[in-house]
Amino acid sequence: MEALTIKNLRKIYEGNLVALKGINLNVEEGDFFALLGPNGAGKTTTIGIISSLVTKTSGEVKVLGIDIDEEHSLAKKQIGVVGQEINFNQFEKVGQIIRNQAGYHGLSFRQSKENAEYFMKRLDIWDRRNDKARTLSGGLKRRIMVAKALVNRPKLLILDEPTAGVDIELRRSLWDFLVETNKELGTTIILTTHYLEEAERLCRNIAIIDKGDIIENSGMQELLARLEKETFAMDLDDPLQKVPQNGDFDFKLKDPKTLIVTVKKGQPLNQVFNFLSEQGIKVLSMRNETGRLEELFISLTESNIDKTSLLDSPVGEKD
Amino acid sequence: MNSVETLNAFLTILRKEIGRFTRIWLQTLVSPAIMIALYFVTIGVIIGSRIGEMGGFSFLQWMVPGMVMMSVINNSYSNVLSSFFSVKFQKSIEELLVTPIPHYVILAGWVFGGMTRGIMVAILVAIVSLPFADLHVQNWPLTILVIFLTAMLFSIAGFLNALFAESFDDVSIVPTFILTPLSYLGGIFYSIDMLPEFWRNVSLGNPILYMVNALRHGVLGSSDLSSMNMTVSFALLMIVFFIAVLFIIALWLLNRGKGIRT
Repeated sequence: MEALTIKNLRKIYEGNLVALKGINLNVEEGDFFALLGPNGAGKTTTIGIISSLVTKTSGEVKVLGIDIDEEHSLAKKQIGVVGQEINFNQFEKVGQIIRNQAGYHGLSFRQSKENAEYFMKRLDIWDRRNDKARTLSGGLKRRIMVAKALVNRPKLLILDEPTAGVDIELRRSLWDFLVETNKELGTTIILTTHYLEEAERLCRNIAIIDKGDIIENSGMQELLARLEKETFAMDLDDPLQKVPQNGDFDFKLKDPKTLIVTVKKGQPLNQVFNFLSEQGIKVLSMRNETGRLEELFISLTESNIDKTSLLDSPVGEKD
Repeated sequence: MNSVETLNAFLTILRKEIGRFTRIWLQTLVSPAIMIALYFVTIGVIIGSRIGEMGGFSFLQWMVPGMVMMSVINNSYSNVLSSFFSVKFQKSIEELLVTPIPHYVILAGWVFGGMTRGIMVAILVAIVSLPFADLHVQNWPLTILVIFLTAMLFSIAGFLNALFAESFDDVSIVPTFILTPLSYLGGIFYSIDMLPEFWRNVSLGNPILYMVNALRHGVLGSSDLSSMNMTVSFALLMIVFFIAVLFIIALWLLNRGKGIRT
């Protein structure tokens, strides 16, 4: 069953600003799905429409087969949303904020209390339950947002840039929590993020939206397999004065002891090492300079016009 | 949502609203009571002693129902206005919009929250008035009903104002330029019979006049209603009519997403 079905979704804001140009999107139940796109691409508008914060111009949205227009209340029962901005009263206590959210969903006072306690403990904010939210760090406020979104135990969880401005430790623990939630509770998760490493690590399927259109929609591995080139950074034993020249590879010096090499699809890395070895250059370690998904994302969004040249198959035809 | 879930959602909003204004009780409950006590001392005792009787009652006795009504109107209105505008402003309205909670429950939750504050302040003002005026309520059911309905009406009006308000300036326009003048010219401090005929006729278009006098009728057993050729039932019907009209408009606007959805 599909957790989310979007058909011909259009949104035109006042002033004839077209935010969505009739997008189509399907997310399978139980999926961990990434919706990526540059700023202003239409991600937040899409999420806003699904969660009733934005009124659509036309099109159809179904959550677990339930039409959000025809069975509004039932559809919303299935959804939990973590918005991009902090959207709770920061003068209230943490526990109160989460219990109230459960109450808005119609849960009894007792059930609200139990659910709130469960998710506060899972998200490590139980000790702060009696503190006013404004005294918490940005990362902990994000956890309140996640607890709020899950307190009614929704089947579809939508997170709009949940780790923006969050330190690495908190971000990784939030990742672990989301993976557990997806696996243990079977919650379908849709994630928008600017951290492409996050999407690559967590998500199984991906859609890329740009200028109100879905320009790519496929499996994460399938997409990464279409990567045309990859960039690596190599830490050198001795400093280099001059960039090595080779017609097959593109070398650049980041600093005298860090060599950047861009390798095209199908080119074995052995060739790079053989060449460097012939030049007497000793490589101590190597890492991805940019994430693989980041390479693709930039390719797709920067060259939305001639995107077909970058991929094996034309994009935008999968919808 | 079934009826139990709907009730739970309503009680959550109401509990949150009551919690909000009782948390800042000095500002929301005590402050209006002190202001009214100052009215009693300055206008009621000092000036009132030179005015003499009004409608067969001492000036202070005449004034108390008006002051109670003014407190109900101001506090019900401002509570809902400031609370709902804040919720819009800090975007915590999204907490509600993403849930299956029906719009009429959102409206009812805020309105009953505003009513609770209006009625609590009315009780405090009545207590504050006791040392100043010898009052014996003539008709308790009428008195309670008028206060209840007026609190409801102005809570809905405050909600409407909050829906339209887009800035803090918008929040103060209606209370400053409409509500306060109507309250002061609604017969709180005087009998309508004291006005020249022109201003008397103008005053008849002021809905607050009917509410003040309906309450005065309940408390004192006498008011300007008879000299206006009006009955208490008519005044009550008018309040109910305005409640129905404003409730329908507020709900319609909420359903359209006015001020809360893009």
